[in-house]
Amino acid sequence: MEDFVYFFTFQDPSIAWVVLGVTLLGVGSAYVGTFSFLDKKALLGDAISHAVLPGICCGFILAGEKNPVYIVSGAFLSGAAATFMSSWLRRNTKLSDDTIIATILSVFFGFGIVLLTALQKSGNPEVAGLNSFIFGNAIGISEDDLMLYGGLSLVIIVVLTLFLKEFRLMVFDPEYGKAIGFPMKFISFLFNVLMILAVVIGIQAIGVVLMAALLITPGAAARFWTDRLNPLLILAALFSVLSGILGTYVSFVLPQMPTGPWVVVFLSIFAMISFLISPKSGMIFRYVARKKYLRKTHRDHLLKALYKASEGGKTGLTIEEIYELYPYQKPETNQSINDLVNDNFIANNQYFINLTEEGVSEAMRIVRLHRLWELYLNESMNIAPDHVHDSAEQLEHLITPELEAMLEQRLNYPTLDPHQETIPRPNKP
Amino acid sequence: MTFDSNAFLIIFTGSLIAISCGFLGVFMMLRKMSMTGDAISHAVLPGIVIGFFVSGSQRSLEVIIGAGLLGILATLMIDWLRKKARVQLDASIGITFTLLFAIGIILINLLAYKVDLDQECVLYGEIAYLPIDSWITQNGINLGPRITWLAGLNFLFVISFIYLLFKELILTSFDENFSSVMGIPSKGINLALMSIVSYTTVSSFESVGAILVVALLVVPPATAFLWTKSLMPLLKLTALMGVLIALFGYYLAYLIDSSIAGMMVTVAGVFFSISALIHSRKLIHSKKPSVIGGTSSTSGQFGF
Repeated sequence: MEDFVYFFTFQDPSIAWVVLGVTLLGVGSAYVGTFSFLDKKALLGDAISHAVLPGICCGFILAGEKNPVYIVSGAFLSGAAATFMSSWLRRNTKLSDDTIIATILSVFFGFGIVLLTALQKSGNPEVAGLNSFIFGNAIGISEDDLMLYGGLSLVIIVVLTLFLKEFRLMVFDPEYGKAIGFPMKFISFLFNVLMILAVVIGIQAIGVVLMAALLITPGAAARFWTDRLNPLLILAALFSVLSGILGTYVSFVLPQMPTGPWVVVFLSIFAMISFLISPKSGMIFRYVARKKYLRKTHRDHLLKALYKASEGGKTGLTIEEIYELYPYQKPETNQSINDLVNDNFIANNQYFINLTEEGVSEAMRIVRLHRLWELYLNESMNIAPDHVHDSAEQLEHLITPELEAMLEQRLNYPTLDPHQETIPRPNKP
Repeated sequence: MTFDSNAFLIIFTGSLIAISCGFLGVFMMLRKMSMTGDAISHAVLPGIVIGFFVSGSQRSLEVIIGAGLLGILATLMIDWLRKKARVQLDASIGITFTLLFAIGIILINLLAYKVDLDQECVLYGEIAYLPIDSWITQNGINLGPRITWLAGLNFLFVISFIYLLFKELILTSFDENFSSVMGIPSKGINLALMSIVSYTTVSSFESVGAILVVALLVVPPATAFLWTKSLMPLLKLTALMGVLIALFGYYLAYLIDSSIAGMMVTVAGVFFSISALIHSRKLIHSKKPSVIGGTSSTSGQFGF
């Protein structure tokens, strides 16, 4: 508990610095990564994280030391080369996208390893710091580096915010953007620059392999909560910052633990929770909604069956007859019967089921919708009568009163459906 | 030039690994699962760590079983995320392998007192030590480098797998619906393929490292694909390239004193670039209209 208080009240300035750095980094990566995720280019970020390695090594070779300017520039050129080559391969060869990304990723990284091991064998003591590029070392970043990279992250965030509508166009409708005069090529280029920058900053904290998580997971998680871009970006940034702080905290409490992997674990937890419980897109919600829908359709089918029995002259059906209509669905049938009794649409007199007055008008409605739709498909869409039943089976549950009125009008209040059955309407006194 | 047995051993082992990975990679490429293969090579890390922890050694059967299981787990996770949770494919792959790799690193740190795994070693191996790491039986007979035996075993498994399941692999790669109709369990074949990839990854990680296994899985088949679209020539070209990569990789690494595995990948990359350049010029010179500066509305699954 003491640790918790100590950490979160930021009494220790180095903790405050690290949290600040992680926050800025997380927000920058989440912003860039979310756009890339929406553009379905999520794994390109992974490729770029691997591809910057040769550039970093070259920068180091030229500078002779771990000079940030050289390293970032080198990484930048390397990343840009990777992006360019990917586009070139896509345009000029028949290789599939995943093959191209995997090729660029591994070749650049392999070449980077060659440079790195050559450097390691050269005996230059500064080389030890380069290893943190591959595996990340959030806490090991010096204060000067933090200022530089924090500043760069801020630049990324600011540029993304300023050019929000341009990037929005780039992701969602580049053709339109081009048509109204935006320089789409330049915007794509600018975005790639920001992405490479975010990667270069990020891999120092979290490492090459895990960088992809910082880019992809926040956006993927946030996507399940909202359809609109601004809330999406803010939520993604929030997930990223929270995970960053939690990860740093774990690393603080358990000193032998590296920060990066814990950040990824927390991000993934947020993501999994989002996938499960978010309203509308979440798994639990979809499962419950589907169950409810199935119950409703079953109830509607039951009402239809009773109505059709009445068209055939019977006053109702025994429960055995109903069970036979829906084989292997006894529990669902019982459930529907209970629901309908509660709604007062049917009456259950000692296992003989018949429609109440309200039940009759509700059943008529469903049958009417079914037959109207069949007629519509048959007459206006020229579909043969034996092909219209399945579509009507599905749509009878969904057609609204407004749509019903439109259908009636369009078909001119017909009396018969394509199978020569009457279209039932309530008798108006 | 005298016959350098060390060099021969290294090149031979490198070829075995390159060919095993290459053959598997041909099928992965045809199924458009190259990035999944990349994900699996990262995702096996927790399995390796747990196997190491359970058995106390880096070179045990438990490690291989652990890796195989993790490979299957990763494939299932990606599939679950995509189909049940409805996350897009590239994000599913990204989330899965980063989570599993992160867990692996956490486990390494947690179990550090018993698990002596070096992150660097796992990621990019060092094949140069191969000749000095010999398999000495209880009778004291030196049977040669342990890793060569491992690579040979792996090679045999891969070849048998492909040979025995050749028809099924082809069918499920080219026409999954038809294969289902025929009664071939395409999901099962997929899982089997991914398990063999995991096993190959683990088997090779001591020599070339997990990340460079990906390069050997992807680049030679991609290069071969630039030259031919038929399956048997693809496999043969990939095999040939495997040998050449090992050969050039070794000597060039020796020249500049660097990682042999990294150099093998670089050589593969050079072959790839040359092939790409040769074949694209053909495209430009031919009379067919080429799409210069493609539009982003034609972006594919990973689009760019």
